[in-house]
Amino acid sequence: MSRKPFILRNPSVLVFLLALAAFTAAVTLMSEAFGAGLISTSFVKTLGKTLCLCLIAVAMDLVWGYCGILSLGHFAFFGLGGYMIGMWLMYARTEEIVLAASAAEAIPPTAQELSDAIAVQIFGVVGGSELPPVWSFAHSLPLQLLLVLLLPGLFALVFGWLAFRSRVTGVYLSILTQAGTLALSLWLFQNDSGLRGNNGLSGLQNIPGLDDVPQAVVSVWLLWASALALGGFYLLAAWTVSGKFGSVIRGIRDDEARVRFLGYSVEGYKLFVFTLTAMIAAIAGALYYPQAGIVNPAEVAPIASIYLAVWVAIGGRGKLWGAVIGAAAVSLLSSWFTGGQAPSIPLGFYTVVWVDWWQVLLGLGFVAITLFAPNGVAGLIERIFVREAK
Amino acid sequence: MRLLIGLLALVAGLVALPERGAAQTTAQGILQQYGDDVAKGSRKGSEPAIAALRDSGLPAAAVVLEKWLERDLWRRNADGLFVYVAPAGDEMKLIDIDTGAEVGAAPKGDLTQLRPSGGVRPMIAAALVAFRLIDPDPEKRRAALDAIARDAEKDHLPALRAAMAKEKDPALAAMMDRLARILAIRFGDSDAERIAAIESFAGDTALDARAALNPLVATTRGAAASLPDAANLKRELELGDDLTEDEAWALLVEAGIAPPRISGADKRAALGAHIVDGRAGGVPVPELSDPAARDRAYAALAAAGAAPPTVTDAEARAILEANVYFERWQEPSAAVAEAADDALGAIETRVTLLQAFDLLLDALSLGSIYFLAAIGLAITFGVMRVINMAHGEFIMMGAYTGYVVQLFISDYTVSILVALPLAFAVTFLAGVALERLVIRWLYKRPLETLLATFGISIALQQIFKNIFGTQARPLTAPGWLDGAWVLNDIVGISWIRIAIFVMAAVFLVAFLFVMKRTRLGLEVRAVTQNPSMAASMGIDPDRINMLTFGLGSGIAGVAGVAIGLYAKVTSELGQDYIVQSFMTVVVGGVGSIWGAVAGAGLVGLLQKIIEYFNPSNTLAAQTYMILFVILFIQFRPKGIVALKGRAAGD
Repeated sequence: MSRKPFILRNPSVLVFLLALAAFTAAVTLMSEAFGAGLISTSFVKTLGKTLCLCLIAVAMDLVWGYCGILSLGHFAFFGLGGYMIGMWLMYARTEEIVLAASAAEAIPPTAQELSDAIAVQIFGVVGGSELPPVWSFAHSLPLQLLLVLLLPGLFALVFGWLAFRSRVTGVYLSILTQAGTLALSLWLFQNDSGLRGNNGLSGLQNIPGLDDVPQAVVSVWLLWASALALGGFYLLAAWTVSGKFGSVIRGIRDDEARVRFLGYSVEGYKLFVFTLTAMIAAIAGALYYPQAGIVNPAEVAPIASIYLAVWVAIGGRGKLWGAVIGAAAVSLLSSWFTGGQAPSIPLGFYTVVWVDWWQVLLGLGFVAITLFAPNGVAGLIERIFVREAK
Repeated sequence: MRLLIGLLALVAGLVALPERGAAQTTAQGILQQYGDDVAKGSRKGSEPAIAALRDSGLPAAAVVLEKWLERDLWRRNADGLFVYVAPAGDEMKLIDIDTGAEVGAAPKGDLTQLRPSGGVRPMIAAALVAFRLIDPDPEKRRAALDAIARDAEKDHLPALRAAMAKEKDPALAAMMDRLARILAIRFGDSDAERIAAIESFAGDTALDARAALNPLVATTRGAAASLPDAANLKRELELGDDLTEDEAWALLVEAGIAPPRISGADKRAALGAHIVDGRAGGVPVPELSDPAARDRAYAALAAAGAAPPTVTDAEARAILEANVYFERWQEPSAAVAEAADDALGAIETRVTLLQAFDLLLDALSLGSIYFLAAIGLAITFGVMRVINMAHGEFIMMGAYTGYVVQLFISDYTVSILVALPLAFAVTFLAGVALERLVIRWLYKRPLETLLATFGISIALQQIFKNIFGTQARPLTAPGWLDGAWVLNDIVGISWIRIAIFVMAAVFLVAFLFVMKRTRLGLEVRAVTQNPSMAASMGIDPDRINMLTFGLGSGIAGVAGVAIGLYAKVTSELGQDYIVQSFMTVVVGGVGSIWGAVAGAGLVGLLQKIIEYFNPSNTLAAQTYMILFVILFIQFRPKGIVALKGRAAGD
């Protein structure tokens, strides 16, 4: 049996990648740095951030839509990725500032004095003056990049191993992941956690060593990086779910016991998917927060992970492009409505101000989608498409 | 010289007042005995007069002392008679200090006002305390005891003991005895007396005893070449074990044994101030980023006399090891300090036990809140396998119901009594509506009920925020719930918490009754165990589901009123309890009332215990608790009370 190349067997992947490339090119051409300047730098950043959210939505779709594990904790991995990259960004940036300041002094600083000065700069806000042990690798970009992958991966591995081996499934698992996320965010909220408590890590938009490059250019670079990551992982995810592996995890989603009786190691598959998607989420976070500029414990709060599930559910589970559409549409709409740009609707007796009512609309809309369109927007689109084809 | 003055004074006294020492029966007589000394107002001269008045036992003596203190005691210049005065026209009426009768009048010029000096006033006040301690009015005696307890003086002790012997009221006598012992700790004449007083307080957990003992065990640290021979030495300190090298060095500096060490910043500044030709201390400046090079350069500077000398690390070690470090009691008598230390140790043990009991009470009250918040969730999850993420919002609705009721009914007791059933009704209806409109369509897709109810949750939260605003609304408890039930200085619990506990207990009983003794309960249990079998027995699972969901939601509303009584009512109220509620259900085991009880107790106790170890950090406490729950699930995936039967199999 001759097998066509993977891309040709899955035309939707090709369409998606082309659309993503076209979108990136269009934004680049309209940006202030490389083109007509039709799009402001801050909006370029918003679009770049949206691409990162799409990436984590792909991860969420993989673990929930395909493997049936409703994780309410993937945004914690996203935040951890942000924290890991943020530590390097902040350390390196502060080091530059401290070195510049000490250049004016008569005696050059020792390594200890340098790290003390950096610690005071970073931790003065929470009353600390020493670098906590968790910052041991913050001076090195490669190590910290490795941690972006390893730390969330390790967390996911340990948590997943504990949970899956004791056969925690369904809503139980969802609640446990939510509890774990809450534990992490509460821990991060403490001032002595070593990660600046509720101040979080800030100033992340200033990339060390790139002082001469304007933010307009940096934002486009980050957009490219985000698009590249989204494209790459979309391809990886699509390839993963297309083969036998994909069939097995879909089987686990639909009837776990039956797959187990067929001799597959259900726990191994679940653990692999859970850990892989946690790492993808962390990469998305590591790309997101340099564009957002600040990462704080509120980002890790359980509500964020639930919203992630909402995006994927609205977009359509079990369809990678559905998840992407859901994340992009809902997060952009959300910032449009809550940003106060949406026009108010006067009803005569009452004026609907969207800043106040968007949440209500989102909540009820979400209920409606769950009830009437279980496959989300993607399901609706596909139904129309299929009907036209007939 | 001193002897000479003493002799002179003695002679002068003998000459001036021959009848001194004879028993006197009037205040006037006592004062006259010491007349001129009293009039002079000197500390030394007044003391015997005050003592005599205090010991006389005359009722008039207390008044005299009071008037004296308030500068109302006058003396007639002509014959030295002590009188009180009252203005009468140009002259002053003179009043006898013993009888209170008018004894004549005199122009102001003929009288001298007694003005007790700053040294005399405290003596008079102390003598007055002695009088108040034997005042016929028990309330005044009690007040005098309080005054002594607040501001004790050495003089109070004999007065207190004298009063104690005469005291008839047993309660007051006990208070006096206790206070006398506390004073004896500080002011006892001999070490033996003080130690006896200290030992009488072993195991007494009251704050006043601990406050009296604590200063006795205060210590100071010191350093010397060899261990001093002082009586109040507590122990020798081991370098490294008991104190760090930096602390030891600070002690040495304090004792004048070692010079202060030059800090890194000072060294750097000194080097910076002595840069010659790009070199400091003979070392090229760029090399000074190396600590060793810096020390070398500074040593060179110091040798040249350009900077204060410093000791090298090796020298410092030698000095540190050549000296001894010790801890000594601030209290001069080591025996007393050790007795106090032992007594405090005994007290500490009791305090720890009592604190454990207090912790248990706290945990019980927290557990009752979690129970109220979680029981509804446990029922819906147990019966319908449905996680209601909007449960927290039902709690919030209940709290707001209570707030709205209070807007209309100003009597807090009545309003709470109205609010409880009303909150139940409101959230019951909301629950039934939610079940009918949303949840019943999703029974086959449990994960999606979780998401759908989450949608409801954010919508409800925002709607209530739009209606009631973001600021917290008060839900005031009735006045009779104010305050706390205080057992002693350590154990106490507020009445509101007790009320919530009682409420939780009532709900538990009511709920058990419904489940075990009514038709509804029977049907609910049947549907919980096996829905299809129940349906084939003629039970309508739809109806049962609806009622169960309503019931669970209704209890959430009641819990909301209870929680609102001590927490601020905001639209985010429910969010604060929802995760703990989930945890209670998961730990306890779904679908079981006793499971919810056990889960709430365990989660509450755990949270309190963790908070006890780290009281300043409730965030960390919650983190550790959640981690515990995650681990707990490893060992009992179905919770403490696991359901038996087919329902447990899935």
